[in-house]
Amino acid sequence: MDGEANGMTISLAFDWVLGVVLVATAAGALFSKTLFRGVVLFVVFGLLMALAWVRLQAPDLALAEAAIGAGLTGALLLDAIGHLKSRSVTPSHNDDDAVKGST
Amino acid sequence: MRRRVARHAVAGVASVAVGIALWQAIGVRSIPTVSLPALVREAMPASGVSHDITAVLLNFRSYDTLLEIAVLLAAAVVALALRDTPRERMPASQPYLILDTFVWRITPLLVLVAAYLLWAGSTRPGGAFQAGSVLAGAAVLLRLSGLAVLSVDDRLASRVVVVFGLSVFLLVAAGTLLAGQPLLAYPPAWAGALILMIEAALTLSIAVVLFSLFDNAPQSRPAAAPAQRGEA
Amino acid sequence: MNADRLYAYVGVVLFAMAMYAFLTHTHLLRRLLAFNVMGGGTFLILVGLAQDGRGPDPVPQALVLTGIVVAVSATALAIILLRRWFALSRSTALPEDQS
Repeated sequence: MDGEANGMTISLAFDWVLGVVLVATAAGALFSKTLFRGVVLFVVFGLLMALAWVRLQAPDLALAEAAIGAGLTGALLLDAIGHLKSRSVTPSHNDDDAVKGST
Repeated sequence: MRRRVARHAVAGVASVAVGIALWQAIGVRSIPTVSLPALVREAMPASGVSHDITAVLLNFRSYDTLLEIAVLLAAAVVALALRDTPRERMPASQPYLILDTFVWRITPLLVLVAAYLLWAGSTRPGGAFQAGSVLAGAAVLLRLSGLAVLSVDDRLASRVVVVFGLSVFLLVAAGTLLAGQPLLAYPPAWAGALILMIEAALTLSIAVVLFSLFDNAPQSRPAAAPAQRGEA
Repeated sequence: MNADRLYAYVGVVLFAMAMYAFLTHTHLLRRLLAFNVMGGGTFLILVGLAQDGRGPDPVPQALVLTGIVVAVSATALAIILLRRWFALSRSTALPEDQS
């Protein structure tokens, strides 16, 4: 009985840590100086969300979040900033090369 | 500058107010009188699968999933409408030994993982959504590493795959209506097979739609370029 | 406090924080990130509050699973619109936000 209570305390402590880290990572993703950093932190946030779903006894959601939140969204967002960034710094014609180089 | 300050002040007040309201609402929420997990457990034997989330997604609330694949289809249609025309083929990149070997080794593995997830969905965590997104991830990986993947365009084959999931789902829905049942109420004897069939079709469509949403993103040509053809 | 409720509160904090970011950022990709974090907070509230220490509940979990897939397709669509807008206007913000 005592061991079980101990386990409960430890897992709740883990939940607290995960909750705080989730909020901190989200804050980093939302308010980081550079967009690239924000996107990377957003991918990390997706992975942490997958952990949170495991803790909420929702393995289906954890699987989906890991595949979608971390994998696909990351690829989409990074691809997008690759294009937006190379353009907004030098909005001229020579940035065609930047696109070709990045693909 | 003053507009900026005002914007931040309003946003701050609004979000803090919403946060406090939600926080309080969680505290005073009343206990529900109906236990949904118990209802689901009761109905499980008639669902045709033994995993409760799959049962909810594809049997008890299957119209949610039907509408979801319709939403995905709508997104894919918009993406097709906005893509650059004509698409130039991606230039063949010079071979990277490690990348190419890795991608060629891992792609069959990802396809296998997707097939497993699809098959596992009826008895344990997994299903069409997870399988579809893993497949889409594999396709994105192939595309990013410069290896040839069929692109999703307006050829008939890719249109068929994009609408495949929704069509199968709608056919089953029409079938249940014609058989005199309520919409999407499968006969228990067939439920398992029907669900697996729908899920297989959904997996394919979800994968292709998600990949096409990645693949058809505009390449940001300069505004003066002839890529403007589809304008006006 | 049980774990489910803890995650519901985490969801509230995420939602409020992301809402602030959504309202203040003018860069459209940053707004998209904020919108996604708002969605994540909502999902946590939905599942955490429905379970609330009573064990896993498949109904909200299935709803959220649908929500995650719709969210990613909406995000992808928003990125396509954003890239199209950028190709036409050379700007990453909406006209009314450019001061």
